[in-house]
Amino acid sequence: MNLTVNGNSKSFPDISNVTDLLKSLQLPPESVVVELNKIIIQPDSYGSAKLAESDKVEIIRFVGGG
Amino acid sequence: MILVNEQEFPFENQLKIGELAATHKPGADIFILNGFPVPTHTPVKDGDSCTLIQKGVIPTPDEMDALLSARHTPGIQKTIRKSTIAILGLGGLGSAVAGAMAKIGIGNILLSDYDVVEPSNLNRQHYFVDQIGLLKTRALQQNLLRMNPSVSLELIEEHLTESRLPLLFAEVDVLIECFDDPVMKAATLRSVLTEMKMVSYVGSSGMAGFGNNNTILTRMLRPGIYIVGDETSEAKPGMGLMAPRVGIAAHHMANQSLRILLAADKNRQ
Repeated sequence: MNLTVNGNSKSFPDISNVTDLLKSLQLPPESVVVELNKIIIQPDSYGSAKLAESDKVEIIRFVGGG
Repeated sequence: MILVNEQEFPFENQLKIGELAATHKPGADIFILNGFPVPTHTPVKDGDSCTLIQKGVIPTPDEMDALLSARHTPGIQKTIRKSTIAILGLGGLGSAVAGAMAKIGIGNILLSDYDVVEPSNLNRQHYFVDQIGLLKTRALQQNLLRMNPSVSLELIEEHLTESRLPLLFAEVDVLIECFDDPVMKAATLRSVLTEMKMVSYVGSSGMAGFGNNNTILTRMLRPGIYIVGDETSEAKPGMGLMAPRVGIAAHHMANQSLRILLAADKNRQ
């Protein structure tokens, strides 16, 4: 599936939802903010948020420290 | 014209600084002329700047405001004075952001933390050794009021959760996220984007260690939403948080918040 993630177009084989995408990008789901086609996805919906060809995804990853 | 404690007055010939003090600040015992301490009989010339100080006497709120207005210009100070910000997390980032914002005279600051000052905090956080064991909110309140007694502080001492954020912070002008925990960092941005449509946000990610200064950036995610840090340097064993680099990030956050308040950068509205 081709997705635009943070402005970059990329192909992701064998993924169907946001949980799969975060796993593929090796991002910890609890410390990211995910926006799918301009809509913020709540963490408890990552598994049910289906991805489709050409979707635009913005992911902000936070690292610890403050 | 001459400047006396940052206010303009007409110049009078043959006046000595001690005589000026008798009129403008009776009781003054330290006289500073154009930046240098001088004796009481020193003559004042046209264009001079005179600072008259009574040792140990704290300026009144009106005097503080006049000093800040003179430094920052009156229009800007008026905006700063009526602003409300929230600082979430009072560690290395939050305590430094709070100091910068109190010093410039931000009117209202909400300070949120449930933790106490621990000895290990003192390598970067703006607390004193005699404050170990105090709640950070209380310790910072003491310190900020010593910097600027006119600032109005509201202390929030609960362990915050994502659902509480809009109930506590939806009315502030800028929310400044200074948490340590990346889960709460993400929760805060999510909450601002979905539940607090009028609140501008300055968040943080990646400032541990002693990496290059210039990799700490302020990035606009969208108007009114900014993130500060290198977005990679995570605090972990071998890469601790240290005052110098945390301070760089903190002051990016403080200046970005000020830019939003002064409409130099876009807010959410």
